[in-house]
Amino acid sequence: MASEEMEQLVRREYKDGFITDIESDTLPPGLDENTIAFISNKKGEPEWMLEWRLDAYRQWLKMKEPSWAHLDYPPIDYQSISYFSAPKRPEDRPQSLDEVDPKLLETYEKLGIPLHERAALAGVAVDAVFDSVSVATTFKKQLGEAGVIFCSISEAIRDYPDLIKQYLGTVVPVADNYFAALNSAVFTDGSFVFVPEGVTCPMELSTYFRINAANTGQFERTLIICESRAQVSYLEGCTAPMRDENQLHAAVVELVALDDAYIKYSTVQNWYPGDENGKGGIYNFVTKRGDCRGERSRISWTQVETGSAITWKYPSCVLRGKDSIGEFYSVAVTNGRQQADTGTKMIHIGEGTRSYIVAKGISAGKSDQSYRGLVKIGPRAKGARNFTQCDSLLIGDKCGAHTFPYQEIGNSTATIEHEATTSKIGEDQLFYCQSRGISEEDAVSMIVNGFCKDVFQELPMEFAVEAEALLNVTLEGAVG
Amino acid sequence: MLQVKDLHVTVDGKEILKGLTLTINAGEVHAIMGPNGAGKSTLSAVIAGKDGYEVTHGSVTFEGQDVLEMEIEERAQAGLLLGFQYPVEIPGVKNIYLLKSALNAQRVARGEAEMPAPEFMKLVKEKLGFMKMDASFLQRAVNEGFSGGEKKRNEILQMLVLQPKLAMLDEIDSGLDIDAMKVVADGVNSLRAEERAILLVTHYQRLLDYIVPDKVHVLVDGRIVKSGDAELAKELEANGYEGIEESAA
Repeated sequence: MASEEMEQLVRREYKDGFITDIESDTLPPGLDENTIAFISNKKGEPEWMLEWRLDAYRQWLKMKEPSWAHLDYPPIDYQSISYFSAPKRPEDRPQSLDEVDPKLLETYEKLGIPLHERAALAGVAVDAVFDSVSVATTFKKQLGEAGVIFCSISEAIRDYPDLIKQYLGTVVPVADNYFAALNSAVFTDGSFVFVPEGVTCPMELSTYFRINAANTGQFERTLIICESRAQVSYLEGCTAPMRDENQLHAAVVELVALDDAYIKYSTVQNWYPGDENGKGGIYNFVTKRGDCRGERSRISWTQVETGSAITWKYPSCVLRGKDSIGEFYSVAVTNGRQQADTGTKMIHIGEGTRSYIVAKGISAGKSDQSYRGLVKIGPRAKGARNFTQCDSLLIGDKCGAHTFPYQEIGNSTATIEHEATTSKIGEDQLFYCQSRGISEEDAVSMIVNGFCKDVFQELPMEFAVEAEALLNVTLEGAVG
Repeated sequence: MLQVKDLHVTVDGKEILKGLTLTINAGEVHAIMGPNGAGKSTLSAVIAGKDGYEVTHGSVTFEGQDVLEMEIEERAQAGLLLGFQYPVEIPGVKNIYLLKSALNAQRVARGEAEMPAPEFMKLVKEKLGFMKMDASFLQRAVNEGFSGGEKKRNEILQMLVLQPKLAMLDEIDSGLDIDAMKVVADGVNSLRAEERAILLVTHYQRLLDYIVPDKVHVLVDGRIVKSGDAELAKELEANGYEGIEESAA
């Protein structure tokens, strides 16, 4: 489609019903090719990108929303969602912390979120977001000197089209699954990281992102590429509970590791889980996949999932390169009426590939949680090895935990180990701690944190401390 | 210090303690002996507040406070501490972390400040040495993979750090070889003090050769049928519980 035509299209649609004030940058609910053209145009994208999106959209139309997950939620009306809304203007946002829900502030307090970050997280209009401008500038300079590209995906599409064309959609193809196809059609922002050959990223890509996380959209798109012998540690999300008016979230994350590259991707997800009846919580349908394309490459996913009303998420590794390694360390906590169906896929294609899975699920309240994991060993994956450990901890007797391990072994030289336990938080353990003078609530958090230790120790230090605090806040009142 | 009056306790509808009365004063070491199933462990479990025990009659007071009305952790904070016969494993929780949390929870409950880390480490290392335990114990998960003897030593280590007013030790000698028993007994003896009382629950007289009690009580079928001094334990060793049961009947 020529850009002129698109201009016309956009204008026509504007006349026909886009909300009157185009300056507000907000689309009315609904999804069709015009919506996608509008988004692409707003982002100043080249035509090939629009075509890419439209291709995804057309495939999405032919797909069916998956129903195999152990989740129960009312049907989603994709036409009732607005697919592009710019952040609220400063005058429409709370003007100070005094106007913010005190409960939210209380949680920030408990989590030890620095004062200057609370305002930004709560959506308060702050000018020149504290130090972030200077911090970001310093970071950018350091990264630039190392040759690392770290920017929004929209910027990358404009400024690094060759890299985008080379890698976008190569790990998660546009029609990989229903939610990935939707994301490919309508994604509005996300991050792009490129670490060139031989470079170890000089810092964890965290603080900068964290400050900016408050404005990430509901359809995030992230692409991280490590060339040969490059390394990066990327931290996504935030321990502070994030409010968002958009109920449906469908992110796609793609990681590419070439020869001897190492990508460590850590997530702390704490989206709003809804009220005690589960009302108003976020639906989180995420496709995360890493491609160990090069020999001896390594991709490690670590996640702490505590939020959302519905979680559908399986960070996976495609172990293509000879002797490549995939890792998945996960803690998922559900309380109240939360439902989570989460796990991983390890696809062994190359010779001598190895994968490790450590998944810890904690269910409390009336929540329901499933671990779903696939280990697939292809015919060429000689000597492939997998180790899976999958433990569930139940708190109270109204919650549920389910395990769905799948194994497809196409090679007789493979070694697969699977260990699984389900335990109720022990009355005996609680009594032991309490009889030493420790309160029941502290005892629960001590036992639960102990249960999660194998995973927490995989998190970068500052995240690990926050994750522990987060767990305690999430499980508050879970017992008794 | 501790008064137990006419205590009746049922477990799953079955009466285990049938009117037990016992007074322990500060500075005293009491031993409760008796055959299996007499209700020895029930007494210390009820005092510590374990779930599943129903007190149908009687009272337990500690320094004037109604123990049965207190939460489990409040009892510990008041100075009542139970050493377990079978200490439970808590995977992933470091021993030192449990010790520190317990000590500070108790201090805070008493209105004191938390103990500064260097002071705490010094205290723990000293007690650790006394119990002939390696420093690596502190970094291991609570009781996980501990041998029977290590678990028991760990219970005493907690006592030495937490310094309770009344230390209750449930079958602390079970499963110990003679060397381990000596170490455990040394630990318990070091707790003896004018302001502190110790309650030992044991099946065998052997332990009492190392920890000589001031008072010995024989518990049979939910009641104390005979009390005496350390000599009584020796008598039991010689004649068994049956002789006592007969003389009490």
